[in-house]
Amino acid sequence: MITGLDAVEQTRRILPRPRIRLELGQSSGIDMTAPQTLLDKLWSAHEIRKRADGASLLWVDRHLVHEGSHHGFAKLAARGLPVAEPALTFAVVDHYAPVRDRDHIADPDIARMIRTLEQNADTHGLRIFGLKDPAQGIVHVIGPEQGLTLPGLLVTCGDSHTSTHGALGALAFGIGATEVAHVLATQTVWQVKPRAMRITVEGTLGPGVSAKDIALNWISRLGTDGARGHAVEYAGSTIRGLSVEGRLTLCNLSIEGGARFGMVAPDAVALEYLRGRPMAPEDAVWDRAVNTWGALHTNDGASFDREAQFDAADIAPTVTWGTSPEQALPIDAALPDPSRLPDYKAGAAKDALDYMGLSPGRPVEGVPVDQVFIGSCTNARIEDLRMAAAVLAGRRAQVPGQVSPGSALVRAQAEQEGLDRIFTNAGLDWVQSGCSLCVGMNGEMVGPGKRCASSTNRNFRGRQGPGARTHLMSPAMVAAAAVAGHLIDVRPMLEGRI
Amino acid sequence: MAGWTHHDGQAISLPLDNVDTDQLIPARFMSIPRAQGYGGHLLYDLRRDEAGDLRSDFPVNRWPNASILIAGRNFGCGSSREAAVYALVDAGFRAVIAPGFGDIFAGNAVNNGLLPAQVETDMVAALTAATPGTAQIDLENRRIVMGDVQAEFALGDAARTKLINGWDDIDLTRAEAERITAYRATRAQSAPWVWPG
Ligand code: SF4
Repeated sequence: MITGLDAVEQTRRILPRPRIRLELGQSSGIDMTAPQTLLDKLWSAHEIRKRADGASLLWVDRHLVHEGSHHGFAKLAARGLPVAEPALTFAVVDHYAPVRDRDHIADPDIARMIRTLEQNADTHGLRIFGLKDPAQGIVHVIGPEQGLTLPGLLVTCGDSHTSTHGALGALAFGIGATEVAHVLATQTVWQVKPRAMRITVEGTLGPGVSAKDIALNWISRLGTDGARGHAVEYAGSTIRGLSVEGRLTLCNLSIEGGARFGMVAPDAVALEYLRGRPMAPEDAVWDRAVNTWGALHTNDGASFDREAQFDAADIAPTVTWGTSPEQALPIDAALPDPSRLPDYKAGAAKDALDYMGLSPGRPVEGVPVDQVFIGSCTNARIEDLRMAAAVLAGRRAQVPGQVSPGSALVRAQAEQEGLDRIFTNAGLDWVQSGCSLCVGMNGEMVGPGKRCASSTNRNFRGRQGPGARTHLMSPAMVAAAAVAGHLIDVRPMLEGRI
Repeated sequence: MAGWTHHDGQAISLPLDNVDTDQLIPARFMSIPRAQGYGGHLLYDLRRDEAGDLRSDFPVNRWPNASILIAGRNFGCGSSREAAVYALVDAGFRAVIAPGFGDIFAGNAVNNGLLPAQVETDMVAALTAATPGTAQIDLENRRIVMGDVQAEFALGDAARTKLINGWDDIDLTRAEAERITAYRATRAQSAPWVWPG
């Protein structure tokens, strides 16, 4: 069990390293002879200019917009400006997408949000992945899936989980509405370079332990502001052993640990994933691109501002018990007792336990759930659905729930593999793709006081609806909770199945 | 957006850690056009009791004229929704003082003239103890004064110059048009796959 004091102890594992002073030139940026981090390379490749106050003007290769980008388009319209690079701007309907009956959107506000994006895409000549598009889905799922996300590209989107795309070696980060308008108008963005942090994970993950557990683990140890101000590069044998899907999950959750950027150096696994994707380069251009991408890794001897190391063997299936992603514990632990925590943690822990309706000190395992949700840009890719199905095959869910694939293509693939029938035979609803219950914008919500085991990324108060209680965990753990009707260790349930 | 260098106003405290963007403005209000104002939706669920009535003891309800909010660690963590900043600005806030901010929130704040002032934890505690009260903020010297308490705050140079000048980035960047065009041409040469199909 991890206590508050263990967490403090863990934090000491972060080894501060001296920063190397880099001579910053006017445009090329960095002394080319010094060993560079992946961040240095990606940053300098996009830096158009650096101001004396430290802000860099960066070129944007991919700008992804969604229904929530309406503020940005409104600012653009107020100035009467066109979109600078329509061919590099892609629109996606996801946050407000209905996942059941797409032909009858009852709520006029939701219908208007979707219509506004369609109109903006039409006005500016943007490729839109609309509700009826066979490749529709959640923006951070379809970017990589379409090969829109490539190594070395700078990707922005008015959404904090844009960090996801860094899994393929892109420099990807979420921006606010003012910045969305700026990118639309100029195809550039002003940013101050973050500090560099490396999280190294070594060893082999146990069966039933996934990238989600790695992420919840480091966030619980370092805190939701543990990587604030930093870009995180994930390294080590465990990371190299992850599939691209797993890396996407890990980079997705970087923002929950405070990092605006997450990244993994592209390798053969990433190239294999990307080859042949609809928007990926082909033939001679592909070969040339691969050649360029070969340089996208941190050089030996390059220095990070912070380092943290974890051992894969220490990571168990992990669930959140509170209202912040840092309030997470291994499934076999007991809930904290605020009276035994250090002062600076006790108040927040007590408030969280009250909100979640949980008694201090009780085991995590056995907490009853009212419903389950498998979906979101964190954990609704094909591999996630396969893991959940491995748990659910031949079993019945004790509680209601729904499975929303990350994209229509993931949905089609899952149906081809028969996964949809495993879910429906277990008693879960198999619905269409969208953000759905991750954020409750499409009208679906978890009821007040109801407890949901969820494969999503945020357990904030009210995230899934006013008064809703969210426990974050991997899709396999959600499936296990569905079968048991309470939080439970998935590992024994997977024996002989994976 | 008008720039500013000094602000005197009423400071109140919200001594909670990790006040995330979903609490600052719940997702269900995100479809509203800005012209309608976001102030009434600030901290919507925290401000109300179970019956939906405003809690009279909640700081933002009790001191509706406050313009400086003193908060806990990691304020504004979570999503990129700039509406969280709109809600604060529309409710009359000019500055938030905290031991730390979500990175995207801090950038959004500066883009809307709202100061995210990062102050050492023990000084935040001292300022909190002095609330409610009047505070003076000196942006040029990065200093906050509240009664006997004087605190320095951290703010990057880029953010500070921008707040003081009230810069509009789009206008600034359009002055860089030549550099951008030149960069674009080089990019198209060296990485033609950036433009798909
Ligand atoms: S699935 Fe959730 S986290 Fe991902 S983009 Fe949608 S709302 Fe955001």
